Amino acid sequence: MMSSMHGLHRLALRLGAAATLAICAGLSAAQEPIRIGAFLSITGPASFLGDPENKTLELYIEKLNAAGGVLGRKLQLIAYDDAGDAEKARTFARRLIEQDRVDVIVGGTTTGTTMAVVPLVESAQVPLLSLAGAVVIIEPVKKWVFKTPHTDRMACEKIFADMRARKLSRVALISGSGGFDKSMRGECLGVAKKAGIQVLADENYGDRDTDMTAQLTKIRNTPGVQAVLNPGFGQGPAIVTRNFRQLGLKMPLYQSHGVASKEFIRLSGEAAEGVRLPAAALLVAESLPASDKQRPVVVGYKREYESRFKSEVSTFGGHAYDGLMLAVEAMKAAGSSERAKVRDALENVRGYVGTAGVVNMSAKDHMGLDLSAFRMLEVRKGDWTLVP
Amino acid sequence: MAARFATPRAGGMAALAALIALLPLGLRNDYFYDVAILVGLNAIVCVGLNLLVGYAGQISLGHAGFFGIGAYGSAILATRYGWPPLAAMLAATLAAAAIAFAVGRPILRLRGHYLAMATLALGVIVYMVISTEDRFTGGPDGMTVAPLAIGGWALRDPRLWYWVVGALLLAAVWFALNLIDSPTGRALRALHGSEVAAEVVGVDATRHKVMVFVVSAVYASIAGSLNAHFSGFITPAKVTFLHSIELVTMVVFGGMASTFGAVVGAAALTTLPQVLTPLKDYEMMVLGAVMMGTMIFMPRGVVPSLQALLTRRRDAAAAAAAPAPRPGDGQ
Repeated sequence: MMSSMHGLHRLALRLGAAATLAICAGLSAAQEPIRIGAFLSITGPASFLGDPENKTLELYIEKLNAAGGVLGRKLQLIAYDDAGDAEKARTFARRLIEQDRVDVIVGGTTTGTTMAVVPLVESAQVPLLSLAGAVVIIEPVKKWVFKTPHTDRMACEKIFADMRARKLSRVALISGSGGFDKSMRGECLGVAKKAGIQVLADENYGDRDTDMTAQLTKIRNTPGVQAVLNPGFGQGPAIVTRNFRQLGLKMPLYQSHGVASKEFIRLSGEAAEGVRLPAAALLVAESLPASDKQRPVVVGYKREYESRFKSEVSTFGGHAYDGLMLAVEAMKAAGSSERAKVRDALENVRGYVGTAGVVNMSAKDHMGLDLSAFRMLEVRKGDWTLVP
Repeated sequence: MAARFATPRAGGMAALAALIALLPLGLRNDYFYDVAILVGLNAIVCVGLNLLVGYAGQISLGHAGFFGIGAYGSAILATRYGWPPLAAMLAATLAAAAIAFAVGRPILRLRGHYLAMATLALGVIVYMVISTEDRFTGGPDGMTVAPLAIGGWALRDPRLWYWVVGALLLAAVWFALNLIDSPTGRALRALHGSEVAAEVVGVDATRHKVMVFVVSAVYASIAGSLNAHFSGFITPAKVTFLHSIELVTMVVFGGMASTFGAVVGAAALTTLPQVLTPLKDYEMMVLGAVMMGTMIFMPRGVVPSLQALLTRRRDAAAAAAAPAPRPGDGQ
């Protein structure tokens, strides 16, 4: 090689060598990928949340890489399946931090798995973007912990606001025994008074109950009830809805964002007509007005997801989309994937439009969504329609 | 030589102690320590459970319940009521022992499927109480647990936890081995063989069964308490029927009626899911295949089957060398 450079003079040679070195250095920096860690409940009881989350991360990391990556570097996804077990979640988070040396972690499909990891990311100082619902994750604010979905408290507030608009103020609650149900029931009871809502009845059912007529009969016999709210998750709400119609109850029935999927309408059939619930814009992507800020984002995500996986899009996958995009946004803003800089940038995200809504983070709010992020939907002719 | 080390007592204890002492050389970071600690905690439960299942021949499908009593007892007393963690752990252990004693007498009169059903129900009841009493337990979303503090000093570093759990595992194994070699242990094995025959020769079947049930509950409870303090967070997932099954599987996988088998089973089934993660979707299939293969080719579990293999080899070698008198059986 040197012999072929005979005629060149020394200076040119030196310059060439220096340039080569510089390029090599640049290349090796470019080759070091940005590592995105994830621990999700891909299998187990919460798999209907974790599976679309995982698919979404894979899909969009691939797309981002095809578009040249972030900060000139490729993204690398390291995802583990915690099967909904908090202990496994903690071990995998430790693995992501210590072994895989990730720059940022997306995950915690459930509140339990997220909370199990919080002490770890706080002491290891790694930004965590949780995909779980409960308020405890961001309240009190934890320096390194952020979350993308709405909270159950916001759902309660949205529902109560809608009730007030319909001049309904005396409400009966019926909820199940799962984590989601219990958390949301507590939040609804907590904010009821402030929202001007009086809770007249508070009924419960078991996770695997197949008939809720007894509880609903009690509600029917409670004088003065103007509306029924079912903060529930899984199959229970569909059964409540069917029993509700069978008993011939005429007052409005509200469900939660926990059953905001086509599955609920399918399970409840005719009985679902007229049921209202708060949900993310993603569910009604195509019927959003053209002027809606979120429309391009949610329609884009919905089309990408559905054409790739041939299955219906869910808001849960949307949470993962938001988590990943917020991390990317923060890295671009920080100009680096350094953990501390990404954290600071995350806290300064303003006006990011995601599937869950418009995100405005601050030092006091590590979720950054307000009530406008929720849309009130009503089931009409077996499909969701926007309540104006 | 190898067979000598595979035998219980001295050889096995020394090997286990050496393994625990040398293992940190291969643990590159806190993640490895984390997994090693979970192996240790599961092994403690399994050593206790093996006394009941392997030696006394009584099935328990509710041991996650005792694990849960320990974990949540410690968590609630130490976190919600500000007890010193060690006192909370002691109280939780006593509670687990008391419950095992009170419940043990009536249910250990049952046999076979009936006993399995009764212990299963016990575990389910504990699970239901824990997941519904959310004022104390945080419900299905779980609760934060205070670290294990002694005086003003909190044990947080996984590298220190490793030594604590390692020492406790050694103590647990030592106690189990001594119990098995005592008259009580022989009585238990007699019960396993035939309860009627054991009673005919004067073994108080009920008393022994209840005792070993309580001992195994105490093992599970202590491991549960430690697990809660180590994790810093506990959810009812650790108290489910599925976890009970996992524990029994570890015992059966490693080898029933083998204390070191219980340790091996816990180690294998705790680390395998971590090792198999690169397989992604195939992880469960491979894990299932490994377990099925082990049960088909080593029906008595890993350790007893290997022991038998070694003994056979040695016998064959001895027989080939010279027509010497047959050495005694390893176990």
